[in-house]
Amino acid sequence: MVVLADSTRLAPPVVAPADERAARRTLRAQIARLERELGAAVLAAFPHVTDADVQARAAAVHGPRLLGLGELERVRDELAERVRRAHVVVARRAELEADSRALLEEMLRDPARHRHVRLPLADLGEHGCGAYLVRPRLGIVGRCMGWWQVKLSSGCPRPAPA
Amino acid sequence: MSGDDPREGLVDAAVLDELPGLRLRWALVAVEGGHKTPRGLRLRLEDVSTRFRGANAIQLRTRPVPHAYRVFFRQVGLDPDVERTPVEQLAVERLIRGELHTGDRFTDALVLGLLETGVPIVAFDEAALEGEVTLRAARAGETLPAEGGYAHDVPRGRLVLADGAGPVAVLFGRRSSAHGPHRRTAAVRLVAIAVPGVPEVHVDEALWLAAEGLGR
Repeated sequence: MVVLADSTRLAPPVVAPADERAARRTLRAQIARLERELGAAVLAAFPHVTDADVQARAAAVHGPRLLGLGELERVRDELAERVRRAHVVVARRAELEADSRALLEEMLRDPARHRHVRLPLADLGEHGCGAYLVRPRLGIVGRCMGWWQVKLSSGCPRPAPA
Repeated sequence: MSGDDPREGLVDAAVLDELPGLRLRWALVAVEGGHKTPRGLRLRLEDVSTRFRGANAIQLRTRPVPHAYRVFFRQVGLDPDVERTPVEQLAVERLIRGELHTGDRFTDALVLGLLETGVPIVAFDEAALEGEVTLRAARAGETLPAEGGYAHDVPRGRLVLADGAGPVAVLFGRRSSAHGPHRRTAAVRLVAIAVPGVPEVHVDEALWLAAEGLGR
């Protein structure tokens, strides 16, 4: 059998140096845009979202150098993945906060139906260690009479002695 | 500051072609009054340190100058979340240590310039340099001199600051200890690394602040 053409041995596509330089410039611009987007996403959701939440993997550091087309593409793709993760985490966070706000409204409207429910401030996107708690008014009397109320506990626990 | 205003440094044409906007600015400064941090510089650092709080550190990456360095780090193959940019590294040190003052005049002067402007500066002993400092890619077989006649290998293509004899510092990395300022240094060459997107006024301000810290 005569092999007319070996399709497995294709020559690499020829890219003109000027085209490749333009491609590298475009990739660098994309990296700059993605870095801005990532910074804005992480900052908007701080402290609930940090860099560690969106980091794809610990990147190997090889020192500063001029990157080729392939390396720039890898940096761009990894950054794009981090931005995507950041948006997912931020969206989940927004969903949790919206659900928590709805729950708080329900708790305030009808405490008796949410007995002993505890809603941390952090789930509402607020700072502090406090939590909304549904507790009986006047202790055991309220429990017997069905008098329930929403209380906001305040303050963080004292640090443990060293 | 003794000598002239900050001057434009040399960047290799091949590097500049790939990374337009990258530049060096440098100034020559006579060191006066010993190597210990003078009271004025210490007080100034304390003032800057007090103004710098956790909220500043969190927002740092979105400010234009620190953002420009983060972008540049990624463009040259460094991950700023692993190997922090100079100003972010300084911010972390400030939050951990609670102060910036080290007692070493050279270090403190550079820290002041960096924290106020976000522009990193490298200081070299003028007497140890041979000719102009250039930003270029390392050539095969080049090394970074260290004290005691030792040397660190520098891989080919690594971006370095080099004088006429060879590399004297890796860009945003290790500086040759044989070229750093020491007790008997009479004059230092301050070299600021300006990445694309950093206005020249910030770069010169960083050099002026560091030079002020080294003057009497």
